[in-house]
Amino acid sequence: MRPFSNSSPVDAVGIQERADFFTKRSLKKESKVSALYLALRMCDLTTLEGADTPGRVIQLCEKAKNPMPPSVFHALFNDFAGQSAFAQIPSVAAVCVYPSTVAVAARALHGTGIGVASVATAFPSGQCPLEIKVQDVKYAIDQGASEIDMVINRGAFLSGDLQQVYDEIVEVKRVCGSVHLKVILETGELGSYDRVRLASDIAMEAGADFIKTSTGKITPAATLPVTLVMLQAISDFYQRTNKKVGMKPAGGIRTAKQAIQYLCMLYETLGPEWMTPDLFRFGASALVNDLLRQITKEVLGIYTYDKYFSVD
Amino acid sequence: MSKINKTIKLFIAGEFPRTESGRSWPVYFYKTNKIFAQLCKASRKDLRNSVTAAQGVQATWAARSAYNRSQILYRMAEMTEGKREEFKQILEKTIGMTKVASEKAVDEAIQAFIYYAGFADKYQQILGAVNPVNGPHHNFTTLEPIGVIGLFCNTKFNLGKLVAHIAAPISIGNSVVAVLAQEGAAILAPLAEVFATSDLPKGVVNLLTGELDELLKPMASHMEVQAISCQTHEVHILGEVRTLAAGNIKRVIPPTGNEVLSLEVLRGYLEVKTVWHPIGV
Repeated sequence: MRPFSNSSPVDAVGIQERADFFTKRSLKKESKVSALYLALRMCDLTTLEGADTPGRVIQLCEKAKNPMPPSVFHALFNDFAGQSAFAQIPSVAAVCVYPSTVAVAARALHGTGIGVASVATAFPSGQCPLEIKVQDVKYAIDQGASEIDMVINRGAFLSGDLQQVYDEIVEVKRVCGSVHLKVILETGELGSYDRVRLASDIAMEAGADFIKTSTGKITPAATLPVTLVMLQAISDFYQRTNKKVGMKPAGGIRTAKQAIQYLCMLYETLGPEWMTPDLFRFGASALVNDLLRQITKEVLGIYTYDKYFSVD
Repeated sequence: MSKINKTIKLFIAGEFPRTESGRSWPVYFYKTNKIFAQLCKASRKDLRNSVTAAQGVQATWAARSAYNRSQILYRMAEMTEGKREEFKQILEKTIGMTKVASEKAVDEAIQAFIYYAGFADKYQQILGAVNPVNGPHHNFTTLEPIGVIGLFCNTKFNLGKLVAHIAAPISIGNSVVAVLAQEGAAILAPLAEVFATSDLPKGVVNLLTGELDELLKPMASHMEVQAISCQTHEVHILGEVRTLAAGNIKRVIPPTGNEVLSLEVLRGYLEVKTVWHPIGV
């Protein structure tokens, strides 16, 4: 039997209602502050543009290390230095770039513990032969990537060739070895929750360490219902195999409020064990400044300006 | 069929939401205990959402041609004309204006829209300058919008002045978050519809009703607001506004008196930039 033939169907109305429920919560201040800090630690700071330059990637790496410039931190938070909750602004989890700038990022982040994630396998379309995808992955790893974000072969998936999708992920995972593999489903192109569930199951069976919603190149990107479907797939997979697979919603998460909604959903679907950057990431760029803005709001009680921290 | 009443809500980012807080306060028919309408009591979050909208749209609004901004303001005058009766009814019923006075107030509001529509492409020539300097340079005084303006309105209701202090800043390319005074606050309904039907980009004007004391501090301390126009007569708040405004060096525009059609009103919402340029380059 093929490993993904028993993928369970999804109750679309139920999923949407359940996901909608997370947008209507109110949070106590202390929980909000810790959620904001956690969300910051979970960010994969991303730049995936044709216009990326080594300079831009270095700038991004500096931001990854110190999301809030130390000078701004001291100027803003000086009077609050004694309060442990606001003591330090943490670094983000990883920087996510194209293979061609991995070396630059790896150099800039050397010794910091911040991961270098590289998209690969003909990102974002995934439309090229497997040998080239494999070379793409090998190149990124040689350059110093500690995490690989691959895209699934949607062409094969949508034409029903699930085996090919599975085999490609297995092959890429083999090349990755101990390097963390995140598998991008590009849910916006899959068309239904059932297919999202099926793609999630295939990716996890094939050895994904993380499953990721989107490339960020098309809309809709990450949404709460789609992420919920994937979280439930992770939960079922965990119960069956005892292997913890991570989740990365990416694209379209711009505000701290959204990030907190995702964290609530994560907590209530997979539990506290998943509330760590090792098992949950946000693929985002604009989100970081909004998180800083909201943290500042909680500390100082005034609304701040996102460009106060950095102009990206 | 029985007459139906309009629900008066807020005007944020081009939409008509209720306050997220769910609170309201009653407005009475003038000098009676009979309720005219329940108005939204905007919260700090409503204010924040308004500022976010105003900030997001300001640069593109300022980048529109002066001619286009002028046309949009002129259309506001036209839309106000179409709503003349509704404006008058509110003025007469909630603040007890006579028919003659309410007619005059609406005239004044329409005049204000037209006046600042006219100046949208002329203030540069009139208030800008080419300055004589000692050296081989051209020296220009050019005028720019300040950015997001937080407006606290007259405590004593004055429609013409309210319109002037919204039309003047937006004619230049600013965006406005206005907190209406409690007296006459029901005017938000027709006024918001004027802005909503004039091709004004969403968020350039946001109108809130609520308590001054509650909204003053978050507005004056908000880092995305570049100027506070303090037209309220409660002068004791001016000191507090100035202190909070210092956080991001906001300009504080003090009460201007009751001028409606005045270049002085316009001047308050302008940033002056001096440009030096070498001659012959």
